[in-house]
Amino acid sequence: MAQRIDVKDLNIYYSDFRAVADIEMAVEPRSVTAFIGPSGCGKSTFLRTLNRMHEVIPGAHVQGTVAMDGVDLYGADVDPVAVRRQVGMVFQRPNPFPTMSIADNVLAGVRLNNKRISKGDAQDMVEQSLKGANLWNEVKDRLDRPGSGLSGGQQQRLCIARAIAVKPQVLLMDEPCSALDPISTLAIEDLIAELKSEYTIVIVTHNMQQAARVSDRTAFFNLAGTGQPGRLIEIDDTATIFSAPREQATEDYISGRFG
Amino acid sequence: MSTTQSPPAPGPAATSSLEPAGPRRRRRGARSSDRGASRAFRWLATGAGALILILLVAVAVFLVIKAWPAISMPSDELVEKVGLLRNSSSLLDYVGPLIFGTVLAATLALIFAVPVAIGIALFTSHYAPRRLASTLGYVIDLLAAVPSVVYGLWGALVLSPIVQPVWAWLNENVGWFPLFAGKVSPTARVLLTVAIVLAVMILPIITAVSREVFLQTPRLHEEAALALGATRWEMIRMAVLPFGRSGVISAAMLGLGRALGETMAVLMILSPGFLYSFHILEAGQQQSIAANIAAQFPEADPLGVSTLIATGLALFAITLVVNVAARAIVARRKDFSGAN
Repeated sequence: MAQRIDVKDLNIYYSDFRAVADIEMAVEPRSVTAFIGPSGCGKSTFLRTLNRMHEVIPGAHVQGTVAMDGVDLYGADVDPVAVRRQVGMVFQRPNPFPTMSIADNVLAGVRLNNKRISKGDAQDMVEQSLKGANLWNEVKDRLDRPGSGLSGGQQQRLCIARAIAVKPQVLLMDEPCSALDPISTLAIEDLIAELKSEYTIVIVTHNMQQAARVSDRTAFFNLAGTGQPGRLIEIDDTATIFSAPREQATEDYISGRFG
Repeated sequence: MSTTQSPPAPGPAATSSLEPAGPRRRRRGARSSDRGASRAFRWLATGAGALILILLVAVAVFLVIKAWPAISMPSDELVEKVGLLRNSSSLLDYVGPLIFGTVLAATLALIFAVPVAIGIALFTSHYAPRRLASTLGYVIDLLAAVPSVVYGLWGALVLSPIVQPVWAWLNENVGWFPLFAGKVSPTARVLLTVAIVLAVMILPIITAVSREVFLQTPRLHEEAALALGATRWEMIRMAVLPFGRSGVISAAMLGLGRALGETMAVLMILSPGFLYSFHILEAGQQQSIAANIAAQFPEADPLGVSTLIATGLALFAITLVVNVAARAIVARRKDFSGAN
C-alpha cells in the first residue's frame, strides 16, 4: 500500500516566478518525512506538488519528475484527479464539509470512487476509518451530526479519517497541528506514529520539536532571500539533522539563530 | 448619621458627576468620545430596520382598508353591483382562478429560470476565464436593466411568432401531457410564452445572487474536495452547491416574487381567461392578478376598485407565504449550513 516517492530536478513555478528550485529527494515508504524551514521557503508548495494540488492555482506548473514507484505523476497521460485519489492530503486548518454529517464526511472520498456502496459496507468503512483516526469513541453516538460541531482537534482527526478512508498510498500533511491546542496536537502526533506502519507520510511543520518527535527523516528548506527560489538544503535521518547537520544553515535554523 | 454609611448611598450628586456611578453605567462605555457616534449609529440602524416593518404593515393596512368594502359585502349583492364579477358567484370565485394563473405562470418561470441561472452562475464563478466571466456577468446585469414593457413588446411581437410552431408541435406530439393538451393558440399569446418571458426577466437577479454565493465558498472546502480526487464537477457538488444552497433558495424566492408581481409583460403577451386550466398552450385560459388589476383598473367604479384591491391583497398574501416557506426550507438544515 505505501509507496516510495522519488523527486528529480524539480522546479516549481507560479507563472514565470520560480518558487522552488532543483529539488532532489527520495521519500521512503512506511516512514514519516518532515519538511522544516522558514516561512516562504517553498516547503508547502513542494508538498502540494506531490499530489498535484498546486495546479489549482492558475499559472502554477512544474519541471522535473515526481515518481511514485517509478511512475511519473507528471507524465502526459496521468490525470491529476487520479493522482489525488492515491495521495491523500490533510490541510493546515481542519476542513470537514460543513453540509455533511460526520459519517458522510468520512465517506466523501469513497463515494467519489464508488457510487454504490452497500449500507453495511459504508458503516464498516466509517467505523474503520474513524478508529484509524482515533476518533471513533468520541463520535460513535453522533455520526449523523454535522462535522462542524466537533472541536478543532476532532475536526482535524475527522479530516484524517476522511483521507485514509480511500486507502491512499501516501498521506500529505500541511502543518496539520498549527491551528490546534497542545492536547489535540499530541493526539494527532500519536496518530501519525500509528499511521506510518501503513502509509508513507510527509508532513510540513513549523514546529521543530514536532519534526523531531514524529519524523524518521527531516528535510530542511531555505531561501537565499525574498524573490529567490526556495531550495532543499539537506535531508537526512531526523536524529542526524537535529544533532549533527552537515550544513551550517541547518544548524543555525534548528538552534534558533534565525527563522 | 446617614452620611457616614459605607458604601455611600447613591445621591443625585453621584449619578450626575463625570465618574461612572454604577456597574450599569460603567459597562456602557468607558470611552465617552465614541459613545455619541456609536449611539447615533445604533439608532439609525434600528430605525432603518423598523422602517421596513412599518412599510410592510402600512401596505397591508392600506390593502385591507381599501378592499374592505368588497370583502365585507354579501356575495350576491357584490356580484350584482360589480361588473367585473358578472361571471362569478362570489369574490372568492373571482380571485381563485387569478391566484391559480399567477402561481402557475410564476412557477413555470421559476422552473425555467433556476437551472439556467445556476448554470450561468457556476460557469462565471468556477469555469470561465476571468475576463469572460466579468463580461458575462455584466451582460446578465444588463438584462435586469431592460424595462418590463420592452420585454412585453418583445414577447408579443418577436417571441410569440417564433415559438408558435414549437408549441403547435408540442401540442400535436406530446399532447397527452396535461400541460400541453387543449387547442393550441395560433398566435402563441399563451401562458407558456409568458412563462418564458418571465423566466428571462428573473434570470439576472437569480444569477447574480447565486454567483455571489458560489464565489464565497471557502477555498478550504473546495481544496478538501479536490484533494480527495474530485473532478471539478464533483467538487462543485460536494462543496459549492451545498454551501450555496440557502443562498440559491433566497435568490429563487427573490425571482419568484418578481414573477408573481410582474404586470406589463403578462398584460401585453397573454390572452386572458378566468379558468382553473392547465392548458398552457391554449389562449383565453389564465390571467395573473397584477395584469388583471392593470387591465381593469381604468374602467372600474369605486366598488370595482375595491374588488381589484382585494385581489391585490391576495397577491400580497401569496408573496408572504412564499417567503415564509423559503425561510422554513433554509432553516430546516441550519445545523449543516456551515454557519456554525
